[in-house]
Amino acid sequence: MIELTDVRKVFPARRGAAEVTAVDGVSLSVAAGEFAGVVGPSGSGKSTLARLVNLLERPTSGRVVVDGQVLTDLDDDGVRKARRTVGMVFQHFNLLDSRTAAGNVEHPLELAGMGRAERRARVADLLDLVGLADRHGSRPGQLSGGQKQRVAIARALAARPKVLLCDEATSALDPASTAGVLDLLRQVRAELGLTVLLITHEMAVVRAVCDSAVLLDRGKVVDGGPLAEVLTRPHSPLAAQLLPAPAVTDTRGDLVRITVTESAPEGRVLRTLAGELGLDVEIVGGSVETVAGRRFGRLLLAVTGDDGRLDPALQRLRDGGSLVERALPGDEPVPVDLTEPEPDPAGQAPAFARLLDSPDVQR
Amino acid sequence: MNDWSRIAPQLAEATWDTLYMVGVSTVLTVLIGVPLGVLLTITAPGALSPRPVFNRALGLVVNLGRSLPFIILLVLVAPVTRGLVGTTIGSTATIVPLTIGAVPFLARLVETSLREVSHGKVEATLSMGARRRDVVRTVLLPEALPSLVAGVTVTVVALISYSAMAGAIGGGGLGDFAIRYGYQQFRTDITLTTVVLLLVLVQLLQWAGDRWARRLAHV
Repeated sequence: MIELTDVRKVFPARRGAAEVTAVDGVSLSVAAGEFAGVVGPSGSGKSTLARLVNLLERPTSGRVVVDGQVLTDLDDDGVRKARRTVGMVFQHFNLLDSRTAAGNVEHPLELAGMGRAERRARVADLLDLVGLADRHGSRPGQLSGGQKQRVAIARALAARPKVLLCDEATSALDPASTAGVLDLLRQVRAELGLTVLLITHEMAVVRAVCDSAVLLDRGKVVDGGPLAEVLTRPHSPLAAQLLPAPAVTDTRGDLVRITVTESAPEGRVLRTLAGELGLDVEIVGGSVETVAGRRFGRLLLAVTGDDGRLDPALQRLRDGGSLVERALPGDEPVPVDLTEPEPDPAGQAPAFARLLDSPDVQR
Repeated sequence: MNDWSRIAPQLAEATWDTLYMVGVSTVLTVLIGVPLGVLLTITAPGALSPRPVFNRALGLVVNLGRSLPFIILLVLVAPVTRGLVGTTIGSTATIVPLTIGAVPFLARLVETSLREVSHGKVEATLSMGARRRDVVRTVLLPEALPSLVAGVTVTVVALISYSAMAGAIGGGGLGDFAIRYGYQQFRTDITLTTVVLLLVLVQLLQWAGDRWARRLAHV
């Protein structure tokens, strides 16, 4: 549904500042109906990447295909029409204060030239869908953050797009509103068969809703794939983000890493090592989380008292389907800090003073 | 000294002349100044429709108009006025310099107002497949409306003071009245009456403008 091929975006040098390569040769493929995440530290180019999908930013080079249409081959007029197949939701909602909730949802329908009666009916359906049937006449200023984002989602869905782009859609929300908005996204994806590309720096969001994800760093894809696959891949930087484990410095005994999945739970390993072999087993770090609705985890064990039976036992466990291996301190990628710097007032920034000042393009 | 019965009708006429000059030039100023302000905004580098060279040229013309003292402008545009109206005397003729003087002023105020509209709103609208003119029509102008109303109010008040100045060279209206009857005939009471009238006029306009802007702001 979304196909990026070797896409680059270079912002030219401006006012004495050097040029910035925000996106550097990214190839990315999102299947129809997939819920894909793009994660990365601040300045990694993820917001620019989202804007390349609907050509809000024209790529410097590379190909962008959405729903079989090569957007990069279209002229401005063609791009405008193609944008209607891609809805977009933003961190700062970007609702018009001069319009009511209903007026905001109606906006794209007006632009598409839909008749008044038809528009009214569609707006009512959409506000119903996002659970705001009673807030037609409310101004954005009278709505909570979560409600504003619901209106923005209704607006993004108004023109019946096939793809929904979410640029940090939950980053300005409190945890309760975040959960509500994520539930809504999941629900509309299922009901409308949408393809969703979600940009975020919050791993909890990826764990909650994404089927697949890519990790972006300095404009390049560092790691990625379906989450179920990524999480069982050894030494995956993305897995290290999704299931962070503290760095181990003090090594007492032998270190053993268990990758926990629903088909390879950790109990069998613990039983074998502690019970059968009678070794001293301590959990020194790890995490177990629900990812894409399934249980995944990584545990690091310190095993003492090995008398040569550990390696054969690990081999036996592996043969039996457990994901277990010896670990060395520092053999796993250290999770990068994805926390965004102080909430950028980007949404409230004066018009057009942007481009190179966008949150992801650091100078 | 008790000649107010003779003066009053003339004062009423002068007030009417001022309202006429200011009213017509306000309409003309809005009709020319708002599109000019829009052009200044959207052609700026990095804006909706960047035309850096055109933008700089336009900015230069606007600044020129703003930097000229109004009294100089009055004299300078006299030939234009004569060409357009046929005379340089009277309140209709004064509308020409008033409009020329106020357009750059309002254009800059409009530009400032439109720049305050967050780029995110523009971006959101572009992502819906909007044309640039749709963005101007459905986002920039409506979102900036409260601030535009405030800008027009300031412009009207400036036009009133310009119009009083225009009175000095035969433009008619309250300024003319104050100079001819008050200043030249040493009638401080007439001067003061005119000042009070102007003050009330400005206060009323400012109050109405503020009220209207606040009602539009919805916050």
